[in-house]
Amino acid sequence: MSEILGGYFTSHVPSIGGAIVRGDQQDPYWKPFFDGFPAVRAWLERKQPEIAVVFYNDHGLNFFLDKMPTFAVGAAAEYRNADEGWGLPVYKPFRGAPDLSWHIIESLVEQEFDVTMCQEMLVDHALSIPFELAWPECAAWPVRLVPIAINTVQHPLPSAKRCLALGGAVNRAIRSWPGEERIVVIGTGGLSHQLDGQRAGFINPAYDRFCLDHLAADPDALTRDSIRQIVAKGGTQGVEILNWIAARGALGDLALHEASRNYHIPISNTAAATVILEPA
Amino acid sequence: MAQAFAQPVQEEIAGTILFDGAMAQQGYALNAMCFSFNHAANREAFRRDEAAYCDRFELSPEQRRAVADKDVLGLLAAGGNIYYLAKLAGIWGLNVQDVGAAQTGMSVPEFKAMLLGQAEVKGSVQ
Repeated sequence: MSEILGGYFTSHVPSIGGAIVRGDQQDPYWKPFFDGFPAVRAWLERKQPEIAVVFYNDHGLNFFLDKMPTFAVGAAAEYRNADEGWGLPVYKPFRGAPDLSWHIIESLVEQEFDVTMCQEMLVDHALSIPFELAWPECAAWPVRLVPIAINTVQHPLPSAKRCLALGGAVNRAIRSWPGEERIVVIGTGGLSHQLDGQRAGFINPAYDRFCLDHLAADPDALTRDSIRQIVAKGGTQGVEILNWIAARGALGDLALHEASRNYHIPISNTAAATVILEPA
Repeated sequence: MAQAFAQPVQEEIAGTILFDGAMAQQGYALNAMCFSFNHAANREAFRRDEAAYCDRFELSPEQRRAVADKDVLGLLAAGGNIYYLAKLAGIWGLNVQDVGAAQTGMSVPEFKAMLLGQAEVKGSVQ
């Protein structure tokens, strides 16, 4: 039987990619953020995951407004990154796990989550940067990928409650998978930030603290806000907390231990956070 | 619940436009142009002849003006979505902090200082 090892959560700010390319990890601006990762790497080294199920949001690389799925599950043998238009390096490809992807899709639809199925799917910095942070300088990613994209671009967005339930359904799908793989769940994005409007630069440490403090033991607390309330508290891009909430759901109902937490303001325009949760 | 749906989305949060159906419809052409900038050849074509490139995507007069003026708030008001506009800002050599400064009327150093000033909760909890 496969095993869910735990969850890795991190911000995915594009400029982190620039800092990695420049080797700025020890620079005073960047160090407090990168200091969150030795614990992540040590945890992954101990746990040796083979597959990553990743909840993230596309930023206009794969999905355009012509067809915008609320929930999309990748079912490809390989996923590629590509030019996103503003100078990030093109990151290395990911090996897929299409057998598990199709199992998750079958199970989700059976559980009445009518997801979009993607046999071709470009994946953007929201996926590549968390991998670069977790496994720096490896020639090829040591895990295979099942990507699950949540729409955080075009309102109406799915509610936080629905995202937590999606994660729960993914958890049940994984637990019914007959494979033997060691699986890590990843949620990327956030925390509070706003890029657009006169309110650009908005950050809310109190709301971030609330999310971090309730993620493990009481994720329902994060689902009581409407999307509009989440935007008010976390900023227009702070809604990426939906990826964290879904990933938390995919860890299931068991008691969790916070193996590490790092929180730092600011990375670019963003309050950045990195967390590991594992079964207690 | 019906009442909640009837609330005007845009008046809820000061300084914020939620990118809803109405904005997405209004901004479709502009965002389509920005989406095309994922390809280097298209970025080059825009640089070479901005007006012709805007023609190709049938931008509205308001959108054209905002592009010509590099007016970020104008682009948002005309239906631009920040994720797609970021690709246009990249052509202009602007990062999200430059864009943040432009939208808030601050200088870039002021905007960066404002971000740093919000760091009252810091540190690591192992």
